[in-house]
Amino acid sequence: MSELLQAKGIEEACCPIEFLDVERIRDDFPILHKRVRGKRLVYLDNAATTQKPRQVIDALQAYYESENANIHRGVHYLSELATQKYEDARTKVRKFINAGSDREIIFTRGTTEAINLVAFSYGRVTMKAGDEIIITAMEHHSNIVPWQLLCEQTGAVLRVIPINDAGEIVFREYEALLNERTKLVAVVHISNSLGTINPVKRIIEKAHEYDVPVLLDAAQAVAHGAVDVQDLDCDFFAFSGHKMFGPTGVGVLYGKESLLEAMPPYQGGGDMIKSVTFEKTTYNDLPHKFEAGTPNIAGVVGLGAAVDYIVDLGFEKIASHEDALLNYAHETLSGIDEVRIIGTARHKTAVVSFVIADIHPHDVGTILDQNGIAIRTGHHCTQPVMERFGVPATSRASFAFYNTMDEVNHLVEGIYGVINLFK
Amino acid sequence: MNDHLRELYQQVILDHNQYPKNFKKLDNATCNSEGYNPLCGDRISLAVELAGNVIQDIGFQGSGCAISKASASILTTMVKGKTIQEAEKLFNMFQNVITRDVGTDVDDMELGKLIVFAGVRQFPMRVKCATLAWHTLQAALHHQNEVVTTE
Repeated sequence: MSELLQAKGIEEACCPIEFLDVERIRDDFPILHKRVRGKRLVYLDNAATTQKPRQVIDALQAYYESENANIHRGVHYLSELATQKYEDARTKVRKFINAGSDREIIFTRGTTEAINLVAFSYGRVTMKAGDEIIITAMEHHSNIVPWQLLCEQTGAVLRVIPINDAGEIVFREYEALLNERTKLVAVVHISNSLGTINPVKRIIEKAHEYDVPVLLDAAQAVAHGAVDVQDLDCDFFAFSGHKMFGPTGVGVLYGKESLLEAMPPYQGGGDMIKSVTFEKTTYNDLPHKFEAGTPNIAGVVGLGAAVDYIVDLGFEKIASHEDALLNYAHETLSGIDEVRIIGTARHKTAVVSFVIADIHPHDVGTILDQNGIAIRTGHHCTQPVMERFGVPATSRASFAFYNTMDEVNHLVEGIYGVINLFK
Repeated sequence: MNDHLRELYQQVILDHNQYPKNFKKLDNATCNSEGYNPLCGDRISLAVELAGNVIQDIGFQGSGCAISKASASILTTMVKGKTIQEAEKLFNMFQNVITRDVGTDVDDMELGKLIVFAGVRQFPMRVKCATLAWHTLQAALHHQNEVVTTE
C-alpha cells in the first residue's frame, strides 16, 4: 500500500478470502501479466468483457488443431468428435444453470441475439396492438431496442418500471404495471451500469400470477453467482460467453421447452430442418430448430471450458471474494469528497459506477489508462440510466474473481491523480 | 504523470475547460448547429452571427470532456472576426495538427493556439473529442441543420 493511501487514512483491506488463491488464479490468465503503457495492467473492465484463462484458450486451440469439422451430419471421425464436443458443452451449460433438458439450451451469438430471438420468434406470434411488455429503467440497450422494434411491428407498448435514487426498481410500481394486457416481462438480472441485483425471483412470481412469462437478461449475472433457472422459474434466460471467461461470439438462450416448442424458427437455413422440399419444409427438433447454419463450434467448446473453470473455482468463493472487493472499493471511493457513486443498491455486485466532481469520465478514463488501469467510461449502453441520474456518463470499475485489493488501491490512487490534475 | 498526459492536458486546455470563452447563447445568431459524439456523450450547440462573410460573433453551449470543451472554447476565440474562408483554413490546419504523424514538421508559428492540441494525436480515441466543435462549425457555416456526429 502506498504512502498516499496511508496518508489519506485508507486502511489496508483484510482479505477474508484466503479460500480463493487469487495469485494462483491470476497465473491462469496470460493477459493479466501484460504490461500496458509501461505499467502493470490493472483490468477493471470485466462488465464489458472478462479475460480468458489458459484453459479456455487451450480448448480453442485444441479444437482448431485436432478436432475441427462441421457438426451433426458428417459420418467421419472428426465430425463425430466435433459434434460430441459441441453437444458436451451444451450439457455443461445445462448443468451450469440447472436447466431440465439439453433441448432448452440454444446457442446464439450472445445475449443480444438471444433476446432478439425471443422478440422476433416468441414476440411476433404472441403480441398484438395494445399488448404490453414490461422492462426496467436500468436495461442495457440490448434489452430495450429489440422490444421497441417488436412494438413498432405489432403495435404493442413498452412499459418501464422506474428505479429509485439507489438504483433499485420500485417494486410496487412494477406490481401496478402488471395487468391483463401484459404479455411479457423482460428484465435485467444484474445491471451492467449500476451493479444492482434485481429481485428476479419475486419479479417472476408476480408475473406468473398473471400468467406472464419472464425473460432475464443475465449477461452480468452468470459470472458472479450460481444460477438455477428451475428454481427461479424464469421462462427465458439469456447470457454471453465472453462475460463469463469464455470466447466472444457465443451466447446462450435458455427457454422452457413448452414455450420453445410452440415458437416458430428465428432464422431459416441448414441444421434447423428435418426435410426440405419446395412445397413443405419440416423443422428440426429442439434445440436445433433455433440453430440455423454452422454455429460457432469453437466458441461453444470454449464456453464449455469456461463453465468447467468457473465450476471448479466454485461460486461461493467467487462471490465472497468479489463482495470483499466491492465493499472495499465502495468504502475507499466514498471516502473521496469529489467522488459520487452512482448505484448504491442494497443488493449489488462487482460494479462501481462513479463520477468525479465535474470531470468528464472520458478524461478520467484516459488518465487512468496511462497508469495501466482499464476502466469503462461512457453511458455503458444504458443511456436512460444516465438520464435518470442526471449525468452524461460515468466511470465504471467492474471486478472479477482475479482482481485484488491492491488493484482497488491502484484505482483509488489513480483517481487522486485525476483530481490533482484538474485542481 | 507521464509526458503524453502532460502534453494532452496542458494548462491552456485545463484553463479553457474550467473557464470556457464564449460559452453563451447568441441573440442574433444567423446560423446554428448541433454536434454530438455518441461515443462519450459530448454535446455541443454552436451559434454563429455572420455579417456578410465575416464571423461577427460566436457562442457555444453543451457538455463534454475537457478536450472537447477546450477545443470549442479555443475555436471560438480563433474564428471570431475571421472570414468563412479563413475559418476553413484554420479547420484544415487543426485537422493537420491532431492527425499528422508524430515527428512531422509543421510550422508552429502558423498554428498559433492550435499547437496545444498537438498532444491529442497520441490518443487516437480522443481525436473525435477534439474535432467535434470544428465539424459543428463547418455544419453551421454551411447551414446543415442535421446533428453532426463524430461516428
